[in-house]
Amino acid sequence: MTQVPLVDYLVLNDGAPHLVANECTSCGARYFDRRNACAGCPGLEFRSATVADDGELRAFSIVAFAAPGIKVPFVAGVVDCGGTSVRANIINCTPTPEHVTLGMKVRLATYSLGTDSTGTEAIAFGYEPA
Amino acid sequence: MSASDDIWILGIHMTKFGKHTDKDTVDLGSEAILGALADAGEGISMRDMQIMAAGNLMGRGGLAQQLQKQIGQTGIPAYNVTNACATGATAMRTVIMAIKAGEADMGLAVGVEKLAGVGLLAGGSREDREGWNAEGRYGAVTAVDGLIGTETMPGVFAQIGMEYGHKYGGATFELFAKISEKNHSHSTLNPLAAYSKAMSLEQIMSDVMISYPNTRPMCSANCDGAAAAVLISGAKLRTLSMEQQRRAVKVTASILTTDPYEEACQILPNVNTLTRNAAKQAYEQAGIGPDDLDLVELHDCFATAELVHYDNLMLCEEGGAVDFFNSGATWRTGSKPVNVSGGLQSKGHPIAATGIANIWEVAQHVRNEGGPRQIEGAKVGLAHVIGLGSACGIHILEKSGLGV
Repeated sequence: MTQVPLVDYLVLNDGAPHLVANECTSCGARYFDRRNACAGCPGLEFRSATVADDGELRAFSIVAFAAPGIKVPFVAGVVDCGGTSVRANIINCTPTPEHVTLGMKVRLATYSLGTDSTGTEAIAFGYEPA
Repeated sequence: MSASDDIWILGIHMTKFGKHTDKDTVDLGSEAILGALADAGEGISMRDMQIMAAGNLMGRGGLAQQLQKQIGQTGIPAYNVTNACATGATAMRTVIMAIKAGEADMGLAVGVEKLAGVGLLAGGSREDREGWNAEGRYGAVTAVDGLIGTETMPGVFAQIGMEYGHKYGGATFELFAKISEKNHSHSTLNPLAAYSKAMSLEQIMSDVMISYPNTRPMCSANCDGAAAAVLISGAKLRTLSMEQQRRAVKVTASILTTDPYEEACQILPNVNTLTRNAAKQAYEQAGIGPDDLDLVELHDCFATAELVHYDNLMLCEEGGAVDFFNSGATWRTGSKPVNVSGGLQSKGHPIAATGIANIWEVAQHVRNEGGPRQIEGAKVGLAHVIGLGSACGIHILEKSGLGV
């Protein structure tokens, strides 16, 4: 079965699943989107940089109200992965203030989003308590 | 006309905020403009305006010309402005810049929004695509809102408040709810607020959770409304009546910033640095410091946002926003009243109107026309807005020393 990542910065076919960033070769700023240039310096060149799998939860919200089709509640957060901030959901964790705490240690985890009619499976990522 | 560094508000008006079922954007904008022109005093009409800027975020554009077709087609240059929640402040600043440049000695800024009944303003639904095909700048195979964090405003601003708590401590659900309790209490004195009922801490905390730690009353209220201002150069003001000079409000700072690049700023919007930058520039331009402010209207789009802006506007020591709030300083009876209008959580947040309505609020107080909610002896106030993306507008307003 073919697997595709939810987003192209989730790498599935090179060892264990991990995230990669576009890193500016001049100032080291890291981005997850397709780049035209660097927002932090005049740099135009980027290299692929592997993001650490382990991190610390720096901010979160337990989202109870979202657009139709989005399952709530879920935990939206910002994870500091060794100095690179990543936006992600906190998964495999009860979404209550008792179970999600600022500063908690988390690690990258993946899960299936399902399989389409051609048999391709999409894989998403989140961070789970470490 | 010549270039002027001396800018004043001659007239200003805000409509009642709330649900205006029978009024469209043009009706509300016209009401605000006609109110501002009347407030500008004897002899002032659209014929005196030499520039106009109209802010509106959710419409289809061209509002300035639609308004002119109701209130006066005088052929003046008109700018249609959108700049997220800083739209109204940007319209003000557009007119101020034209007067400063010497292109006009009087101009009109207006902001209008129809937002009653609109739900979440951001965050996409999960549309059904055929198969997993990568699209867009992240090569996403489906809409990512809800899978990779949240794009909803209550959720984004919740994280901004929680991030402050992570950095400095003390930012609990109860603390954020207490900020909301203050603003709802303040709103009871504001007849123009969309909601003007006091709410107990318990009521706020047990209301519908939108995005922890923000419950529904801790979120800005989507509503309809408009606000408008007539701006004038100091030289022109001095040719008007003593009464007009006495009631005019001096704009001692007008600043607009965007967010400078920092690590993480494209992951979670950083509303702190651009606000701090704008505040520093505003205090410098006005030649005052935060200690000189008699009142502040800041952008409490969510209870979690108000906390961080105490710090960003340097109303307290860096990292000291929790203690500052707990001291009672920001209640209308405190040393630094914040959002005596009720703030966006109660007054409401018709986006493009907000950046002029908060200036109207400060103007009422420095004119000593604040009625039951007057902050006694107010001479200087600050109005702050921030729109995600991001844009921050700050205006500092001072009581007129003229006409006496």
